[in-house]
Amino acid sequence: MDMILEFAWLLIRIVLFTFLPLILLVAYYTYAERRVLGAMQSRIGPNRVGPIGLFQPFADVIKLLLKEIILPANANRFLFFIAPVLAIGPAFAVWAVVPMGEGMVWANLDAGVIYILAVGSIGVYGIILAGWASNSKYALLGAMRAAAQMVSYEIALGFSLVGVLVLAGSLNLSAIVHAQAGGMADWYWLPLLPLFIIFIISGLAETNRAPFDVAEGESEIVAGFHVEYSGATFAVFFLAEYANMILIAALTAIFFFGGWLSPFEGWTFLGDSWLREPSIFWMLGKLAFFMFNFLWFRATFPRYRYDQIMRLGWKVFIPICMVWVLVAAVMVFTGLVVRGA
Amino acid sequence: MLSEYWPVIIFLAISVGLGTALLVIGGLLGPSKPSVEKSSPYECGFEPFADARMKFDVRFYLVAILFIVFDLEIAFFIPWAVVMEDVGLTAFAAVVIFTLELAIGLAYLWKKGALEWE
Repeated sequence: MDMILEFAWLLIRIVLFTFLPLILLVAYYTYAERRVLGAMQSRIGPNRVGPIGLFQPFADVIKLLLKEIILPANANRFLFFIAPVLAIGPAFAVWAVVPMGEGMVWANLDAGVIYILAVGSIGVYGIILAGWASNSKYALLGAMRAAAQMVSYEIALGFSLVGVLVLAGSLNLSAIVHAQAGGMADWYWLPLLPLFIIFIISGLAETNRAPFDVAEGESEIVAGFHVEYSGATFAVFFLAEYANMILIAALTAIFFFGGWLSPFEGWTFLGDSWLREPSIFWMLGKLAFFMFNFLWFRATFPRYRYDQIMRLGWKVFIPICMVWVLVAAVMVFTGLVVRGA
Repeated sequence: MLSEYWPVIIFLAISVGLGTALLVIGGLLGPSKPSVEKSSPYECGFEPFADARMKFDVRFYLVAILFIVFDLEIAFFIPWAVVMEDVGLTAFAAVVIFTLELAIGLAYLWKKGALEWE
């Protein structure tokens, strides 16, 4: 009986402290995207629903849930409905091992990075099943493009993480953050600068975001793999995409920007100020910064062509990763970077 | 030790439950008036002709195979990266050789044109 109570309590806490904030963050991320893009393009963006448009996300959700779910003719019913679930499941499940502050993690797994790579790559099944099950040409083409692009950049993404592991010496995400202690210059973005850049760009390609959004390039193949999805089924794909973007932003902060560590740790002239203390606010600040980057890139860069995307992934990123992993190892052996400290 | 994994199970369950719940809510709240026009696949206003599950470029298949190969290579790198200092320079030499072999493989693919998308 005690065990069941404990289990239920854990479940309630997880929903309250991770899922609800995460869903709210996704909702307001879509709002922020439209406002930021609006501002960058000298427009206003949504400003009608509630004060300065703040209730817009709720209006969108209610509208989407009230719309008809259309099942296209000759579609595979089972796969058509399982695909969005497969897309959203991994996008949220990965958060179990993501620490937001000192000890603020649900499962402090020693195999955290493996868990992220393993569960994260399930998402591509949702996309390819969606494209195939829809029985629509645009959807199939979009799914093929998206899947090929995602698996290509998953290699670059995984390889750049090997560089982090070489310096940190642990697969545990909290340990990786601890290994970066010391201040801004000790975070891994500096010794692993090429891998950091590769991680950010691969993160964009992995989530099919601009400038790598050929999978849903509106001017070419309409909406890509989810062209046949309407109402709630579309909402689920949308939710998954934005949850993935937030996840990549959080992982960038943890792997390369010292997670919840303070950038001013070594600045003794600041005295005992909170500015030198590690706290969740640093993590949230970094998260916000990398989330903003996604929007900034979308407003700044023109869309890549598909052959350019594949060339960048295979012919530029993978060779650089192979070299820099060895360079990182040399840095450790020569004592340039102290491993795991 | 394994109790560390309970939150992971709960996360997986809630995530899948969330997706399913949204679909069910959408199905219950939304109208359902299917018609021939509505349920035909979108083709920019044309009548859809032929089955959509058409032949596609073999290069997509090639990318999938290459992905498996290279992702496996990364799986070989990870254990070394974690215990790198304990296994020392001998293992580092082995990894350098391994990377060189990988590079030769990539160069071969490159030369054969397996990475070309024109």
